[in-house]
Amino acid sequence: MPSDPGDRHRWVVRRVTCDAVGELLPGIVDGGEQADRRIQRHIETCLRCQAELAQYRKLLRVLHHLRTDVLEPAPGVLAGILANLEEAGEQGAMRSLLSGRRAAYLGGVAVATAAAGAAGAIVLVSRGRRRMKLAG
Amino acid sequence: MPPDLTGLVVAARAGDRLAFDELVEATYADMYTLAYRLTGDEEDARDVLQDAYLRAYRGLPRFRGDAQFTTWMYRITANCAATHVGKRARAQHDQLDDETAIADVQPSHDPELRAAAAFDRECVASAVQQLPPRLRAVIVLRDIYDLPHDAIAAELGISEAAAKVRLHRARRRLRERLFPLRADQADNEDSDAHAV
Repeated sequence: MPSDPGDRHRWVVRRVTCDAVGELLPGIVDGGEQADRRIQRHIETCLRCQAELAQYRKLLRVLHHLRTDVLEPAPGVLAGILANLEEAGEQGAMRSLLSGRRAAYLGGVAVATAAAGAAGAIVLVSRGRRRMKLAG
Repeated sequence: MPPDLTGLVVAARAGDRLAFDELVEATYADMYTLAYRLTGDEEDARDVLQDAYLRAYRGLPRFRGDAQFTTWMYRITANCAATHVGKRARAQHDQLDDETAIADVQPSHDPELRAAAAFDRECVASAVQQLPPRLRAVIVLRDIYDLPHDAIAAELGISEAAAKVRLHRARRRLRERLFPLRADQADNEDSDAHAV
C-alpha cells in the first residue's frame, strides 16, 4: 500500500477490499478521516469490517475512560516537586540579588566616572579663564 | 471539592508561590499518571514531574490562560516525557522502532480467555504500556487525554501527519492485540470475497 495518504486513498478506492478498508478504519473510527462513499458502502455490506469498526469503537471508549483512572504517586513525590521548586526559587532570588548588586556597583562606577569627568572639566575651564585674564 | 484552579493560576501569576504550590498539589497525581503512562517507569515519571513543574513555574508569566491549566500542564508533561524517553533510549541504545515486537504479558494464551478479558481497563492499560514509546505517546495523548493533533505534534517534535500515522498504527496494534481471536479468524477469510 502507498505510504502517502492521498495515494493510499486512491489505491483503496480502486480496490476496495477488507484489508484496504482495515487500513483506513483506525482513522475513520473517530471521524479523523472521512470515508469515501465506496468505502462506506463496503462497510455497510461487510460483516467483517463492521465487526472491526466496532472493535475500534470499543477500544476508543475504554481508552477515553482511562482518563479518570489516576494512579497514586509514591509518598515523597509531592514533597520532591515542592522542594525542587523551592530550590529553584531560592536560586532565582539569589541571581536577582546578585544582578541587583552588580547593577548597583556598575551604577556607582558610572556615577564616580561622570563626577570625575565633570570635576576635570571645571578645572580645565577655570584654568582657561585664568590664562585669558593674565593675557588681557 | 477541587480547588479553584483559575483563582490559583491568577494568584500564582501575580507571584504568589503558595498559590503555585497549591496548583501542584491539586494536579500532581493526574500529571504523574500521564508521565507514568508515557515513560512506563515510576522513577522516570517522578523525574519528568520535577522537570515539568519547574518549567511550568518558570513559564507561568507566559501562560495566557486561554487553555485550562491542566491542559497546559499535560502539554508540558508530554514534552518533558518525550525528552526524557529520548535521552533514556539514546543512553540504552534502544531502538525506538515502531515495528518493535510487543511482549505478551498475558498470563494465559487461551484465545477465549484473552478475548473475554479484552476490555478490562487494566488489560487495555497494560496493552498500551506494551506499545513502543513512539506509538504509546500519541495514543495516550490523543485517545486518553484528548489533546489535539497539532499540540501532540508540537510537544513530540514531529509533524502532524507523522502524529496521525503513529496514532493509526497504535490503534491497529492495540486492536490486534486485544481481539486476537477475531483477527485470527479474519486472517482465514478471503478478503477479496468482500470486494465491491
